[in-house]
Amino acid sequence: MNSHLLSKEIRKLSLEMVHNSNASHIGSALSMVDILSVLYNSILNYDSNNPNWEERDKLILSKGHSCVSLYAVLGLKNFFDIDLLKTYGKNGSNFMNHISHKVPGVEFSTGSLGHGLPYATGIALGNKLKGLESKVYVILGDGELAEGSNWEALLFASHHKLSNLVIIIDNNNLQSLTTVDETLNLESYREKFEAFRCNVVNLDGHDHKELVVAFSSKNLTSKPLVVIAKTTKGKGVSFMENQVKWHYKSPNIEELSIAIKEINNA
Amino acid sequence: MRNKFIEVLVEEAKKNDKIILIIGDLGYNVVEPFQEEFPDRFFNAGICEQNMASMAAGLSSEGFHVFIYSIANFPTFRCAEQLRNDIGYHNLNVTVVSVGGGLSYGNLGYSHHAVQDLGLIRLFPEFKILAPGDPNEADGCMQNLFISKGPSYLRLKKAGEVNYNKKTNILEPGIWNKVLDSKNKKIFLTTSGGLKLAFNKLNSNKKYENYGIYSCPIWGQKYKNLQQSQIDNFEEIISVEDHLADGGFGSWLRESIVDLSSHEKLKNMALNNNIIGAVGSEEYLLKKGGF
Repeated sequence: MNSHLLSKEIRKLSLEMVHNSNASHIGSALSMVDILSVLYNSILNYDSNNPNWEERDKLILSKGHSCVSLYAVLGLKNFFDIDLLKTYGKNGSNFMNHISHKVPGVEFSTGSLGHGLPYATGIALGNKLKGLESKVYVILGDGELAEGSNWEALLFASHHKLSNLVIIIDNNNLQSLTTVDETLNLESYREKFEAFRCNVVNLDGHDHKELVVAFSSKNLTSKPLVVIAKTTKGKGVSFMENQVKWHYKSPNIEELSIAIKEINNA
Repeated sequence: MRNKFIEVLVEEAKKNDKIILIIGDLGYNVVEPFQEEFPDRFFNAGICEQNMASMAAGLSSEGFHVFIYSIANFPTFRCAEQLRNDIGYHNLNVTVVSVGGGLSYGNLGYSHHAVQDLGLIRLFPEFKILAPGDPNEADGCMQNLFISKGPSYLRLKKAGEVNYNKKTNILEPGIWNKVLDSKNKKIFLTTSGGLKLAFNKLNSNKKYENYGIYSCPIWGQKYKNLQQSQIDNFEEIISVEDHLADGGFGSWLRESIVDLSSHEKLKNMALNNNIIGAVGSEEYLLKKGGF
């Protein structure tokens, strides 16, 4: 399955999960689908039969509320029986509504924002101490960057030249109530990360070619790489795109049907 | 006590290359022996306790036993959620070390009074609390840390403490350590700086001359079920701690009681709230706090 087809499947499964458990955050999950699709299709080194393989690359999802699209790609890549996705958000399930390390392939549980990057920094340091070539990727929301712990971690990561750390900003410019710009304006992202001595790439977070180039290019610097991925919240479902309400709302059966049809026809 | 900590850590790190020490820009004139011996396994995280704690969790997930070192409330309250979610919930091999337990930094003011830390860490079910009362107990606590895994909190005092334990005893989680035999089945039961306070009580009041002194340096949620059978061995138990009464060691001990009649023989000595906002030497503040 190529990464475009994979993206479609991730989107459909994500919508179904959220519909089935009447859950929130579908907009956030859809905005990072293409990033996940490219990473799991051609970038990350992993073995779904041996999820704890020591030399694997690791992905940390710091914006843990967007978990459905990560659960979906892990299911599609055979980390577990894909039927288990039907238990998402149900009583007794390991597939909780924020990303859970009890699910095979998930490295770290989050839900409170600002924890993923510091944790990933520790993994990157550990890999460096062990002499492993493995990389650690961490996906953060843009609104999440207001958490000070992220900037503490950046100070450490750049000071210690953790070039094995790839920080991906899902820059959909929408957070809980309105845009990031109107909440706490973070512009200029590039200047901020460069001031923290990171290597910065801006790209279209839905353009698979651009994502492949950015992730597969060798980092020749000694700096952490920051990929600022411009994305659209709710991407792929026109009535959800750029709408704050889809941070909260769960699609009803009619909305689900329209959304699936739109994705199939895209 | 902090020097004993570093001395023992250095010795163990010679045998175990997975031990890493991260400091939060504190430890001048204490941590240097480790830094000099193991420069590749020593990091100063800077004044960034949240990152220090989460990063230690990530590092530990790669197979390391990470010690994060700071003072007073900085490695606990400042990064409480990181301890809860990242280290505790993921059950990682990280030891949070705080120097200045209780009122060791009395003159430095309320920010530096660690008198609610045990209450915080007690809330996290995965954490083991190690609260030695003298350098020999600190050694015993460290030895226990090296043979176990999982989240832990090491509450150290400061420097220059006398040894009440004659030697380093083997310390087991939740098991009381006999420091002074009881002649009347009545004892003081201490944790952390409570050990010194109990000896002061015993030596200054004839009423207690036949009392024994036991310590419980290693405890936490997981070890409550070991308490009732030990409580049953005595007629009177006075818990002693340099921590506020609410949420402290005595409160933990009382919560562990299964036989409700045991409540009658348990008395709790802890700091009262008069010390909140007060400044002075440890001795002065302890007096103000009820000792």
